[in-house]
Amino acid sequence: MSEILLQIDGKAVKAKQGMTVLDAARSADIAIPTLCHHEQLEPYGGCRLCTVEIETRGRKRLVAGCLYPVEPDLIVRTRTEKIDSIRKMILELLLAHAPDSPQLQDLAREYRADRDRFEKEASFCVLCGLCIRYCAEIKKKYAVGFINNGARREINFIPEIAAGECWNCKECFPLCPTSYLQAAYHLTEALAFPSLSSRSASKRLVTTTTL
Amino acid sequence: MPRINSAAELETLRKDILSRRDPGKPAIAICAGTGCLGLGNDKVISAFQEEIKKRSLEAQIEIRATGCHGFCEKGPNVILYPEEICYLQVTPEDVPEIVSETLLGKKVIDRLIYTDPMTGEKAAHQSEIPFYRNQMRNLISNNTRIDPSSIEDYLAGGGYSALSKALFEMGPKQVLEEIKKANLRGRGGGGFPAGLKWETARNAPGEEKYVIVNAHEGEPGAFMDRALFTGNPHCVLEGLIIGAHAIGSHQGFIYTRHDTPQLKANIDTALAKTREYGFLGKNILGSGFDFDVEVHFDVGIFVSGESSALMRSIEGKNPEPRPKYIRTSVSGIWDKPSNLNNVETWANVPQIISKGAAWYTGIGTERSKGTKLLSLSGNICHTGVVEVPFGTTLREIVYGIGGGIPNGKKLKAVHFGGPMGGSVPESLLDTPLDFDAMSKLGAPIGAGGMLVLDEDTNMVELTRFYLDFLTNESCGKCVPCREGIRQMLKILTKMCEGKGKEGDIELLEEIAEVAGAASLCSLGKTASDPLKGTLRYFREEYEASIKGK
Amino acid sequence: MDNDTIDQIIDRHEGRAGSLIHVLMEIQSKNHWIPREALAKVSQKLGVPFTRVMQIATFYKTFSLTPQGHHEVHVCTGTSCHIRGSQRVLDKIQSLLGIRAGETDSNSKFSLAKGNCLGCCTLGPEIVVDGRHYARMTPEKAEEVLKKYN
Repeated sequence: MSEILLQIDGKAVKAKQGMTVLDAARSADIAIPTLCHHEQLEPYGGCRLCTVEIETRGRKRLVAGCLYPVEPDLIVRTRTEKIDSIRKMILELLLAHAPDSPQLQDLAREYRADRDRFEKEASFCVLCGLCIRYCAEIKKKYAVGFINNGARREINFIPEIAAGECWNCKECFPLCPTSYLQAAYHLTEALAFPSLSSRSASKRLVTTTTL
Repeated sequence: MPRINSAAELETLRKDILSRRDPGKPAIAICAGTGCLGLGNDKVISAFQEEIKKRSLEAQIEIRATGCHGFCEKGPNVILYPEEICYLQVTPEDVPEIVSETLLGKKVIDRLIYTDPMTGEKAAHQSEIPFYRNQMRNLISNNTRIDPSSIEDYLAGGGYSALSKALFEMGPKQVLEEIKKANLRGRGGGGFPAGLKWETARNAPGEEKYVIVNAHEGEPGAFMDRALFTGNPHCVLEGLIIGAHAIGSHQGFIYTRHDTPQLKANIDTALAKTREYGFLGKNILGSGFDFDVEVHFDVGIFVSGESSALMRSIEGKNPEPRPKYIRTSVSGIWDKPSNLNNVETWANVPQIISKGAAWYTGIGTERSKGTKLLSLSGNICHTGVVEVPFGTTLREIVYGIGGGIPNGKKLKAVHFGGPMGGSVPESLLDTPLDFDAMSKLGAPIGAGGMLVLDEDTNMVELTRFYLDFLTNESCGKCVPCREGIRQMLKILTKMCEGKGKEGDIELLEEIAEVAGAASLCSLGKTASDPLKGTLRYFREEYEASIKGK
Repeated sequence: MDNDTIDQIIDRHEGRAGSLIHVLMEIQSKNHWIPREALAKVSQKLGVPFTRVMQIATFYKTFSLTPQGHHEVHVCTGTSCHIRGSQRVLDKIQSLLGIRAGETDSNSKFSLAKGNCLGCCTLGPEIVVDGRHYARMTPEKAEEVLKKYN
């Protein structure tokens, strides 16, 4: 593996080909906040908290640190006014869902994010996908997945699979940045009310309204 | 029909087709485009078929169900050849009279031709009707002359001669140079030079490379690609094959939507014919070049049109965009170099090869060459598919072609690019249609959906509408896009209800900034463009929805 | 459509994970909705995890996971139709059918959907009933159209 030399926050960092900016930064003890990232899982790029500024051939760009591959002579800045304002807004958007998450609260203090900037949302899931990806990539059980798209996206346990697999596992619970709550809630709902859970996955409800 | 094995055989075939055709033979070209479909053109087509049969004229008169003629406002459209008489708003009841009076009696029926609403002047031919007269219809005008299911119609008009030229006279490098010299820029939205994109894919390492036609056209208010591809499928295919040869690709994909059945049928027929004639498959026209095309249909959601999402969908995966840190022209479908252009871009290729870059660059502005197809709709008298040279001012399009604003209203703005585009206010109507000039105004041309808005339009509401659309049509993977749109939509909805509060505008701007900078794909990055644009030109409307409290 | 037909569709794509969207499209177009049992079978035969089948099946509005009414009414709410008054047309249809967009009435006669620009922007507002396009709609004209299907 060839060695790549880059610069992060003014510090010369040696990295290996195939590493991401996040990998390189962490290897040099430079902190970049993440929420949806997990070292055992494929990079996801969903939360965008790891957004950093890169400079190549004089051109500056914002990229997701967890996905951007290192390249020779890359200049990376992990804290600028712009980056901080992006992270602050992302945290505020997430805190509307999970105001009590310790992980989010810690980051909120660092980036001066206002916990109550936005009205609280009905769902406390931040859709980081950690439970889903862990279940699929590590456990290969596929007991939980995403359903729907856009603003209606949510996580959904498959009752038929969850009933057999989840009770003895629950390894995804501690991964949840909203502190156990989301996965536990959805799992309980799926198992207690399997018909309800499968119905919530369909967008066209049959109503009982009469003409 | 046996396969054609050389350039000479192609020309022999063409001569043979032309010798069997009588240019003086009467033909009825009935628009079978989507717009006329909504106006019941199927009944007009069957009325003509019945009438011709009843009079036993099948041998003397040809009936062509064609692609979109363009003037959707006055559909169903019918053109009668050889005189090229243009009848508008034709009903099945008019049909017997058209056959007896015009086709047989050679008399023009006054009530069916165009009447200028201002002067009362009549116009019997497309070349006299202002809607058509003020356009430059290099691409779309062939629609009326072609039955989309007939490859012979396309060949009769010189079809596939550009391919033959590219294969036997030019070769890949020269084709690439010609496209670069023509400065053909992508018509799908970005305006990126097609030649450079092709070159990147050509030079990218790897034997396997792909070329793709993006016929997704998920942008609401855009319907010109459908009109062109449905009406003249071979023109797009010919461009694709030429491009594949230049790039060194042997496998193409056409990516489109399931809810355009006519387009699907026409593409399928066209592909079958091109294979039969030897324009696709092994050893095309005896040149040694192999290339074939697969059609991929999607279930239609806006984000699927995003290039990386589209490629994932072709792979059979979730159409979620992936970050473009490596260009798709280097690593696209199955991580192979993949060159994606939209329908209109590919359709431009044959004419550039046939007539040359010098001819092509004579049309348009300094940095935007050729013509542009536009879908003209909204509060405008003459809606339809329009093709103009770049450099035409928006005013000429709205008034000279579109006939102005109906119901005596005033024009407020022209919106380009749908939910990721922007609006230009009336005061800037003399801006020329140009990729860069329009981008500078915050209203990039996008794919070419041109929506005209009259004075009654509430710009805050229009912005809310676009964000509502995007929240339903995005994937929901990344936070700035999903949550940013959710919050912006909430604020705008309150504003529209007259419940806006101090600080809302600034908050909207702050969210828009973050969504634009940090989202994963171009959908999220540009989702707030209508907001930014309307704040730039119509800020007072936002302020009014707060003060109006 | 009976279960055999669904089975045949699925069987034709056995082992081809890349065909997932196509299989679902085929079932949707033939059957007008996709039963959960069919999704499970697709998962099993194509070798795609059920969670991924669910993700795709719920990602697109085109797929319906509940039975549809006898007539499918679609109100285009694309931009052009919107500024030409499609909301009024939609409101009228919702009140006539007693259901909202995305729903099916209790005697399974009508399903109502909205959205999805169909490219007839020049002639909006537009509605589509069972695949037939109706252009330049007003609330009154929409009522006349629906009567034809009653």
